[in-house]
Amino acid sequence: MKNIDSYTHTRGESIYLDDIAIVQGTLYAACFDATIAHGKIVSIDIAEAEKCEGVVKILTHKDITGQNQIGGIIPDEPLLAADEVHFCGMPIALVLATTEQEARQALKKIKVHIESLPVITNAREAAAKNKLIIPPRTFSIGNSTNAFATCTHVFTGQCNTNGQEHLYIETQGAYAIPQENGVIKIYSSTQGPTAVQRAVCKVTGLGMHQIEIDVTRLGGGFGGKEDQANTWAALCALATHITKRPVKYALNRMEDMRMTGKRHPYSSDFKIGLNDDLKIIAFETTTYQNAGAAADLSPAVMERTLFHCTNTYFIPNVTATAFSCKTNLPPNTAFRGFGGPQGMFIIESAIATAADALEVDAWIIQQKNLLKTGDELPYGQKVQSEANECWDKAFVKYDMATLQKNVANFNDNNTLFKKGISVMPICFGISFTNTLMNQASALVHVYTDGTVAVSTGAVEMGQGVNTKMVQVVANTFSISATKIKVNSTNTYRVANTSPSAASATADLNGKATLLACTAILNRLKSVAADILHVADSSISIQNEYVFVDNKISALNWGTLVLTAYNKRISLSESSHYATPDIYFDKATEKGHPFAYHVYGTAITEVTIDCIRGTYQFDAVKLVHDFGNSMNPLIDLGQIEGGLVQGIGWMTMEEIVYDINGKLKSNALSTYKVPDIYAVPKCIEIDFLQTEKNNAAIFNSKAVGEPPLMYGIGAYFALHNAVKNFNKKLTPTFDAPFTPEKVLMNLYNKYGVESNSNK
Amino acid sequence: MIQFILNNNEIKTSLPKGTLLLDFIRYHQRLTGTKIGCREGDCGACSVLVGEIKNNELYYRSATSCLMAIGNANGKHIVTVEGTNIEGLNFIQQSFANEGATQCGFCTPGFMVALAGYALSKNKKNTTTAIEAINGNICRCTGYKSIERAVTIIAEKLASNKSTDSIGFAIEHQFLPDYFSSIFNRLISIHSTSKNELATINTGYKLLAGGTDLYVQQHETMVDSDIDFLVAKPQLNGITQVGNICYVGGATTVTDLFESNIFLQHFPNLSTHIKLVSSTPIRNMATLAGNFVNASPIGDFTIFFMALNAQVILNNGKNSREVPLQQLYKGYKQLAKAEDEYIEQFYFELPAANSYFNFEKVCKRTHLDIASVNTAINILIEQNVITTAHIAAGGIGPIPTYLVQASNFLVGKSIGIKLIEDCIELAKTEIAPISDVRGTAAYKSFLLGQLIKAHFIQLFGLQFN
Repeated sequence: MKNIDSYTHTRGESIYLDDIAIVQGTLYAACFDATIAHGKIVSIDIAEAEKCEGVVKILTHKDITGQNQIGGIIPDEPLLAADEVHFCGMPIALVLATTEQEARQALKKIKVHIESLPVITNAREAAAKNKLIIPPRTFSIGNSTNAFATCTHVFTGQCNTNGQEHLYIETQGAYAIPQENGVIKIYSSTQGPTAVQRAVCKVTGLGMHQIEIDVTRLGGGFGGKEDQANTWAALCALATHITKRPVKYALNRMEDMRMTGKRHPYSSDFKIGLNDDLKIIAFETTTYQNAGAAADLSPAVMERTLFHCTNTYFIPNVTATAFSCKTNLPPNTAFRGFGGPQGMFIIESAIATAADALEVDAWIIQQKNLLKTGDELPYGQKVQSEANECWDKAFVKYDMATLQKNVANFNDNNTLFKKGISVMPICFGISFTNTLMNQASALVHVYTDGTVAVSTGAVEMGQGVNTKMVQVVANTFSISATKIKVNSTNTYRVANTSPSAASATADLNGKATLLACTAILNRLKSVAADILHVADSSISIQNEYVFVDNKISALNWGTLVLTAYNKRISLSESSHYATPDIYFDKATEKGHPFAYHVYGTAITEVTIDCIRGTYQFDAVKLVHDFGNSMNPLIDLGQIEGGLVQGIGWMTMEEIVYDINGKLKSNALSTYKVPDIYAVPKCIEIDFLQTEKNNAAIFNSKAVGEPPLMYGIGAYFALHNAVKNFNKKLTPTFDAPFTPEKVLMNLYNKYGVESNSNK
Repeated sequence: MIQFILNNNEIKTSLPKGTLLLDFIRYHQRLTGTKIGCREGDCGACSVLVGEIKNNELYYRSATSCLMAIGNANGKHIVTVEGTNIEGLNFIQQSFANEGATQCGFCTPGFMVALAGYALSKNKKNTTTAIEAINGNICRCTGYKSIERAVTIIAEKLASNKSTDSIGFAIEHQFLPDYFSSIFNRLISIHSTSKNELATINTGYKLLAGGTDLYVQQHETMVDSDIDFLVAKPQLNGITQVGNICYVGGATTVTDLFESNIFLQHFPNLSTHIKLVSSTPIRNMATLAGNFVNASPIGDFTIFFMALNAQVILNNGKNSREVPLQQLYKGYKQLAKAEDEYIEQFYFELPAANSYFNFEKVCKRTHLDIASVNTAINILIEQNVITTAHIAAGGIGPIPTYLVQASNFLVGKSIGIKLIEDCIELAKTEIAPISDVRGTAAYKSFLLGQLIKAHFIQLFGLQFN
C-alpha cells in the first residue's frame, strides 16, 4: 500500500504548521536569544523595543504565570533565562507583534547586559570539572579487569563522534489559539503532543484538560521535535494565555539551528582484548557525552549508548561507563538512534584498531563475535538473534569474496584513486528504555455509513505510521482503505501519549488500534451471528461481506454496521496497549528492556580521490531483518533514508562551534546534508523475511532507527580506503570523515588543527 | 505596477517590487504548496518555474522563490505546484507516489515543480538530465533512491516524445494541465515593462540582478528598497564572439553560459566544471556580474574568469572604464569600483588550440556547496614552453586571488614534476587562508597545492608520487 499522504504531498495540499489558515488578530512571536554561551544577566531592557511599530507585548521570565521550567527528565531548564544564560541561543525574551517583520525588527532594540562566565564546550573538560547532568552509570558483565589478563591481544584507543543537526526541512513552530474559558488550542510541530501539553501546563499554570494539542503532521522530525518542540509551544501558549490572542511562531532556519539541540557528540576511551582465535574476550569503555546546558533527554540517550556499546557482538566481559557532561552548548537531544549509533561507533573503532594492529580485515573479527540466540548482553537480556542470518546472507548474496578481489585489483592498478570496503552489522533494541513509556491508546469510531475514523498517539512525520494504522484497520475489519481516515494526533481524543520515537510508534499504536478494532469486530460478529442465526465463531468478515463458515452471505459491511447501530451496539472503542514482558532495574543495570532486537548487515564500498581527498560511495548492499514487513514500500524508504542520514553524519555533516560556544555551521550554506549526488551510486536492500513470532505489529519489525547505523560503515570504508593509500596511517577515529580529514590523513597531516567540538 | 501570470491567473500588484516571490505566493496568494525551508536557496522547497518568451519561444526555468523579487517576475509566467495539478495526480506526482518517493512531504512540491520544468525543457531526457533538474532540491527523509527511481520513469516517458513540442506532449500525457497551451499568447499580451525603463539603469537605486546573494545577505532591507532590475536590460545581456575575443553581458546567468555555443565549443569540459557550481535553480538565477561584484573570496566564476584574464567594463550610466578582473578586489568585500558603477560586461580571449584551461573545486559536499578551495588555470604552450600562465584561487585569502608569483614562475619553463612542486611552494607564500567552517587554514593551504597538482594531472597527465 502506498503512503496515504502521497496524494496531498505531491499536489502541495498537505497542511503543515505554517500552512494553517491564520485566525484574525494573530500575533507573531520572535525570540530574543543569548549571544554569549555563559553569563550572568545583569539587566534586560525592553523599553525601546516595546515602542516599536506593531509590538503588542514583550515577555520575559517575569511574565511567566506558572513555573519557569520545561525540563522533561530533570527540571533544570528554564523556558526564558532569568539570572543566567547557559548557551548561545537560549531564549531570553519573546516579542509579540502584529506582523512577523515587526516582531523581528523589535528584536534589534532589546538590550540585554550579560556578564560573561567561563564557557565549556568540551565534554571531557566538563567531566574533569565534575559538571555532570546525572551521576555516571556503568553496565557490566563478567569481569573485564581479570579477563584482559587472559587475552592474547589487548588494544586501547580513543574515538569521537560529532553531533548532527536534524535538519528537518520544516522548522520548529507552534500556533496557539485561545478558546473560551481560558482554554488554549495549540497546533505544534511536535513528535510528543503530551510532552508539549505538560510543558505548556507547567509554564502557564493551566490544567492539562485546558490544553488541546493538535498535530496533523511534521515536515520531518528525526528526534529533533521530541522534547525540543516544547519550548516554542510553551512560549506561544504563555503569550496566548497572557494576551488572549492567537500567537504563532514558526522559526526561521538560522533560529532553529542556533537555538535547538542536536545529536550528542561523544568522546570515548576504549580497551579491547581478544584471544588467539580473535574472539573478543573483554571490552571496556568510558564515554563522555556532550549533553549541552540542560538535561533534555540526555540521560536516556546516554543509557542507550550503554545498551548498544557492544553492538551486535557477544562479549563475555564488559565494563562500560558513561558520563553525561554539562557544557555551554544548546541542550542536545534525541536523534534517530538515540545514543545507540554513538555507542556502536566505539566498539567498531575498537575492532578496527585491533584489525589494523593484527593486519587482518575487521570483518574477520566482527564475524567471529556475532551474537547467537541465547547470548546475554551486558544488561542481562538474552537475545533472539538474526545476526548470523543477516551476515551470511549478505556475504553470499553480494559475493563478498569477489567484491574483495575486485577492490584489491582496483587498488593495485590505481594510484590516484583507492577503494575501501567495510562491513557494518547492527543490532538495535526496540522499546523505550524507560519501560513506562511503552504504552499507547487508540480510539476507533465506525460511522453508520461504514466508514471508520481512527485516532492514536502516533505522529506522522514521514515515516508512514498513519498508512500502517490504516492497514491495521483495513486488515482487521477487512474493508477498503478508502473507508478509513486517520485523524490528527490530538490530546482531546487520545490522552497521555508517549512521543513518536524509539522506532516503536507503529508497534505501540498499531497494537492499540488492533485491540480497539478487534473489540468492535467481535461485537459486529455477534450482531451478524444474531441476524444469520449462527454461532459467533462461524462469522468472519472478508472484503466487506459477512462470511459464514467461509461462505459469503448477503450481509455486507454497511448493512451490518447500520444494523448494529439500530440494535444500540457501540461502534466505538478506545483501547490501551502496554508492551508485555519488558522491565529494567536501574539499581543492578540488568533486565529485559527490549521487546525485540532488529538485526542487519551492510557492506559499503567507497572510492577516494587521493589527490583531492574527495570521495564517492560506490555501493551499500545490505540485508535487513524486517521480520515480516507489513509495508515493503514504506519500510524500504525507511532503510534508504536512515542509511543516507547515517552516512551524512559520518561524512559531510560537521557541526562547528567556536571556543565561545557560538555555532558556526548555522545555515544550510555551512552545514551540508547529503544531496542527490552524495548518496551511494547503488543501494541494494535485501529483506531477511522471518516468520518467527515477535512483539511487533503483525510481526513487522520496527524500521525507523536501525538503518541509520549502517551509515557507520561509511566511516570504516573510508578508513580502509585511506589505509590502502597511506600504509603509515595513524587512525584517529574522529567522525565525521570529511574530505578535509580524508586528505590530511592520506598525507599524515591530520591533527595539526581541528574544527570539531568533542 | 507589476504584472505576471501566476499559474492560470493574471496578477497585477502594486506591492514593493523587492517583495519576495515566496512571501507573495504563500502569504498574499495563500498558495501554501510552496514551502519555506531555508530562505537562502539551499534547499529547493520553495522552487517555482519561471516562464518567459525569448526568441519567440516560451522557455521555463526553475528558480528558488526565496531569493526572487516579484520585480523579477514581471511579465513572466510563474508556476507553483498548485499550477501543475490536474484532476487526479499528474504523471510526475503519480510516479513519486508509486515509488514511495515522498515521505514527510515537505520537500516534495519543490521536486514536483522542478520536474515539471524538466518536462518543459528541451534537454535530452534521461535519468542523468532528470537528476540535474532536481539537484537543487534537498530531501532529508528518502535518501533519494526512491526519487531516482521515480525520475527514471519520468525521464523514460518524456524520452518517448519525438516531437519538439514539449508543452503539447506534457499536456497530452498528463504531466501538466492544459492551460499551459494558452500561456504563450497571454504573455505576449502583457506589456509589463516600457522600453525606456529597460534602456536606462538608475544607478541611484539599489541594483538587483539574480538576487541569489543580495537576498541572502540583505533580505530585510531589500524588500523596501528602490530597486532597478538588471536581468532584463538588453545592454547587459548576450554572449558574443568577435575574432578570438568573447564578450559577456553582466546579466548573463550561469545557465546562459552553459547553453552558449561559444562556451561549449571553447571549454570542452564546461559541464564538468559547472556541475561543481551551485545548483540548477541557482544557476538559472545567478548572474556572472553578480558573482564578481559579490566579491566572495570563493566565487567560483570569479576564479574561473580570473584565470582567463577577463577585463571588466564598469559603467556609471555616463562613462565606462575597464578594470582587469585580477585587479578588481582590494580587500575583503572591497572592490575597485565606485558605488554608482555596475558591471556592464566583461571580455576575455577565448582559449586557443594550444591553451590549457582547468577548474578545480573541493568542498565538504561535492555539489551544491561553497568551496573550501577553488582554483582555475589557463596556460598557453608554444613549443613545449609555457608562454602565458594564469592561476587564480579562492578560499585562501580575503579576496579571490590571482596567484601572481606562481603564475609568473611558470612562464618560460617546460612542464615537469619539479616545476609544479616549486610552483606550489611559491603559491603557498602568496596566500593567507583562515580556519572556518569550510576547513582549517592548514587544510586549505595543503589543498591548494593538491588542486594545482590536479590541474596538471587533468591537463597533462602528470604523475605525482
